[in-house]
Amino acid sequence: MSQTRIVMPASAKKGEIVEIKSLVQHPMETGHRRDNMGRAIPRHIITGYQVTYAGEEVFRAELFPGVAANPYFSFTTVATATGEIVFRWEDDKGAVITETRRLVVT
Amino acid sequence: MRDWMIVPKRLFRRLGQGAAATQHFQRSQELGRASLDPANGSDQEASGRTLHANRPQSRVRARRFAAAVIVVLATPAYAQQPLISARDQLSPDLRAMQEDDGRNPGMLWVERGAALWKSKDGRAGKACADCHGAEGAAMKGVAARYPAIDAKTGGLLNVELRINACRTEHMGAAALAYESDELLSLAAFVVYQSRGLPQSTRADGAAAPYFAQGQALYLERQGQLNIACTQCHDQNVGKRLRGDRISSGLPTGYPAYRLDWQKLGSLHRRLRACQLGVRAHQFELGSPEYLALELYLAVRASGASIETPGVRR
Repeated sequence: MSQTRIVMPASAKKGEIVEIKSLVQHPMETGHRRDNMGRAIPRHIITGYQVTYAGEEVFRAELFPGVAANPYFSFTTVATATGEIVFRWEDDKGAVITETRRLVVT
Repeated sequence: MRDWMIVPKRLFRRLGQGAAATQHFQRSQELGRASLDPANGSDQEASGRTLHANRPQSRVRARRFAAAVIVVLATPAYAQQPLISARDQLSPDLRAMQEDDGRNPGMLWVERGAALWKSKDGRAGKACADCHGAEGAAMKGVAARYPAIDAKTGGLLNVELRINACRTEHMGAAALAYESDELLSLAAFVVYQSRGLPQSTRADGAAAPYFAQGQALYLERQGQLNIACTQCHDQNVGKRLRGDRISSGLPTGYPAYRLDWQKLGSLHRRLRACQLGVRAHQFELGSPEYLALELYLAVRASGASIETPGVRR
């Protein structure tokens, strides 16, 4: 299981802009490198990142081999209603990493 | 005044032999400060000989000795200039990366360490948290004192080896591989509890011989490039070495996230990289040589605050 780290406020006032920071542990192996024996190391990267807030998509990114290991994303969204924020990373081996945080809107 | 501050005379002479090769840079440094660098010392000796050629040899020698004593007492070998953390040499962006816990990728390992801290392992069915408390607060300040002498065996242990000793002795679990993510995570978690505290490792008592060994390693020329740690990390701090700035060699950010590695790594891995750079024989991770050197570096960094997990280039 990959380690993730989400930093965001637990609650916000309605209409307030909240900043959300996310980190995920992933090697982001480019596929261009070789190991000590000269064998090609297969590509292993996160290809897609999607964040939904109360069911609605608020952030999406496509990732490519040029992105460094352990990708970091920060973005802002407007606090509309209390709900789940779901973070979803998908890599090229089909593995999916999800993380959920609850934002309470007052 | 602690006696280990004085560079042994033998070493002093030995380092001085390289004076010719590094004179151009020594000269430029002489202008700035009275330094105790060994090469300068021998430079002074040489000029003393020509200046006072007509004086009785014993008087010259006595003067030279007195001057050397004053210099030695006034400036400990490692404190020629204030030590700068590599953090202060980072670009503003990378510095911000280290200081923002939401962005510092090393925090991924710290969080993993927090989870491992609570997970049971080994024949005794215990977790670290069962003895040391769930939140790791009991570990506050511990790492600032490491490497330290193990009371039971009298040997020197750093945080990584202490964790492994605890696993084998008290948990009945297998020791973790030195550079494994598990051990790095646990070590980062433990050291992270001391973040912001001043490094306060002791070099006296049973640690004294290890300290002497570490200091000798630090001052010894090595590798095909034939340079000692001190020549970069004391005498050329802040200058450019290819694309980077030379640091003071503080160990206070480790385990650190190096962009070069794309992951968290131990101080010993960093030391191996340094030895590779000077084309020297690399010691093994967790070897007695690196432990002694780690002790010397920690004592040398006394008072510098712990930054783990640091971000380095």
